[in-house]
Amino acid sequence: MISFNPTEEQQMIVNMVKQFATDEMRKIYRECDEGGEIPQRVIDTAWGLGLVSSCIPEAYGGAGGERSVLTGTLIAEELAWGDLAIAMHILCPSLFVLPILEMGTEEQKKKYLPLFCGDKFTPATAALIEPRFNFDPNELLTTARRDGNSYLLNGEKCYVPLAAEAEAILVYAAENGQTQGFIVEKGMPGLEIKEREKNMGIKALATYEVALKDCRVPKENRLGGDGGCDFNRLLNCSRVALAAMAVGVARAAFEYSRDYAKTRVAFGEPIASRQAIAFMIAEMAIEIDATRLMAWEAAWLLDKKQEATRESSLVKIYADDMVLTTTDRGVQILGGHGYIREHPVELWFRNGRGFATFDGMAMV
Amino acid sequence: MIDFELSAEDKATIEAAHKFAEEFMRPISRYYDEHEHEEPDEFIQKSMGLRSQGGVFGLGVAAALRVEEFCWGDAGLMLAMPGPGLGGAAVFASGTREQIGRFLTRYGEDQPCWGAMAMTEPHCGSDTAAINTTAVREGDEWVINGEKIFVTAGKRAMEKSKGLTVVWATVDKTAGRAGMKPFVVEAGTPGVKVEKQEKKLGIRASDTVTLVFDNCRIPFENILGSPEVRKVDKTDTAGFKKAMATFDATRPIIAAMAIGVARAALDFVKETLQKEGIEIRYGLPRQKLTALERDVMEMESQYKAAKMLMLRAVWMMSQLQPNNLESSMAKVKAGLAATKITQKAVEILGPLGYSRKCLVEKWMRDAKINDIFEGTGQINMLVVARRILDFTREQLK
Repeated sequence: MISFNPTEEQQMIVNMVKQFATDEMRKIYRECDEGGEIPQRVIDTAWGLGLVSSCIPEAYGGAGGERSVLTGTLIAEELAWGDLAIAMHILCPSLFVLPILEMGTEEQKKKYLPLFCGDKFTPATAALIEPRFNFDPNELLTTARRDGNSYLLNGEKCYVPLAAEAEAILVYAAENGQTQGFIVEKGMPGLEIKEREKNMGIKALATYEVALKDCRVPKENRLGGDGGCDFNRLLNCSRVALAAMAVGVARAAFEYSRDYAKTRVAFGEPIASRQAIAFMIAEMAIEIDATRLMAWEAAWLLDKKQEATRESSLVKIYADDMVLTTTDRGVQILGGHGYIREHPVELWFRNGRGFATFDGMAMV
Repeated sequence: MIDFELSAEDKATIEAAHKFAEEFMRPISRYYDEHEHEEPDEFIQKSMGLRSQGGVFGLGVAAALRVEEFCWGDAGLMLAMPGPGLGGAAVFASGTREQIGRFLTRYGEDQPCWGAMAMTEPHCGSDTAAINTTAVREGDEWVINGEKIFVTAGKRAMEKSKGLTVVWATVDKTAGRAGMKPFVVEAGTPGVKVEKQEKKLGIRASDTVTLVFDNCRIPFENILGSPEVRKVDKTDTAGFKKAMATFDATRPIIAAMAIGVARAALDFVKETLQKEGIEIRYGLPRQKLTALERDVMEMESQYKAAKMLMLRAVWMMSQLQPNNLESSMAKVKAGLAATKITQKAVEILGPLGYSRKCLVEKWMRDAKINDIFEGTGQINMLVVARRILDFTREQLK
């Protein structure tokens, strides 16, 4: 039966995350963006909400909650509404946890999942993107070569969030032309974490370039063991997560510029009383809703374990464009004030631009 | 629970609608486009057989998805299918139980029968409150005078069947919107005449006529809603708003129509490319996509975006939730998306797209109406904007 109603449980989670986003993220996001740092207290508070760990089965020490891509999209939107950089930091361990949970071998689950069931935020991440303009997740230049009982990883990665502190990094590499995941633990020889990157947006999120130079990992560290992983599904889960986050960022810009337009007076009346402004705001609302619903549909397919490459790719591309247009309009509606860092719209605009680049940087 | 799965029963009726569109609409699509005003009698008879599968019109999710399929077949012919149409929707939305019985029973009977709605006048379209058609009470009757244009299915409703038209008229010009009321005028009523039949850009199988009311007398009981005019002040438009609620029910259906035409074009483009061995590589990063792939993916995502908004609006209606904002959102998006998608299809297909040998150019012409009737894209954008901003019509003109 067609329905657009979240379950009661989902609604409770959304309300909880929204509360956190309002009370915590929205209070510090500008400071975080300027300083490039997120207070650990906020990260730990978020960790306490169980957004990453709740879906880990009891057998591995987790809460045993349902793993749902759809619930994940609802959470991702709310967190990104709070602040994209903080949201990506909070959800970063999912980049490691979810692939292991869904596709890891029993040994991998036993070894790694319990690390994420404690009270404190445990940093872990994944390395997918490579520093070149025509980067393609299905044609990686980073390679994995079998050598006896281990794999040798070689290549360059970038946009690896929290790489410096991560307990483990899931490195994606081409093995005979096919993308597979390899677990690289902190401090393994051949893993080099380079300098922290400086980006146009998401400045509070620490991302790094990572080099792999004959980095040797045991063959047991291949995600999914001999069977490997369903990389396409992982990509799709990432696309949907990013689309939902784009909706969150766009919604932030929409709400702010709508409220501004209602109070900013020009020529004797609020600027929102002019169709040129009002129609921009209406269009933002329409596109945000449309994108959200498309993301839900793709997530719903993924929860049913159906092939969803078409739906996930379409909503990702649509969301990339939508968030750019919407955040740009946000700046435009505020005019000169939108360009000043006293208002948040320029920050959302910078963050919004990144979505076309962020492949694999979030996952639900 | 958020769910996009249709019931097996709904799937079956939607598939049946698709099959009907494929078998009985597509083969005659071009003929009735080129022979405007010729009556597709055989088709009309065939579509009578659909009533056992839930009919042509309806207000639920499955009904909207059937409309999509029929318009995938042919939007003009879809509008020629017998049924209560917009007039029926108005009766359903604001009529009493007695009126619904009296006016709508005929649509379940064996003879084809149509319903129409008459709102637009020569001097006013979107500005519905400016209508000049009057309804004056004389004893047990209303006397209607005025001229209505662009009445969809007006000829079929009033001349070719024992149908009806819902006519909007003012009972008190000084009351503004509060004085505007819908009246049911049945076929065969003296004083109503079908005049000009329009020649149109598209949806040519759909009849669009002028109705002239010259001292047209109808029973007092044919007014929909209350005859009272509450003249508290001119800005009190509660009654008007209630009557306009009809549009909340019909706009998502227009969105479904637009989406059907858009999908016809999209499917044709994809089939053509497939025949040429061109595959759309969905998972590819955009830097690696060809311009053609980008175009097709853009069309497809526009289609999906519109469809999702449409589905939400009809779902809310089926849940009896107020959907004024969502139905206008769906209408704006679908009207525009269908317009863009079909135009792009003509461009991509080049000589095939522009040629009348294929149906693509027709779909482009057909699609455009969805951006116009039942509220232009701009009027619906205005509705959305006012709702989003919580502004009155005085605050946002």
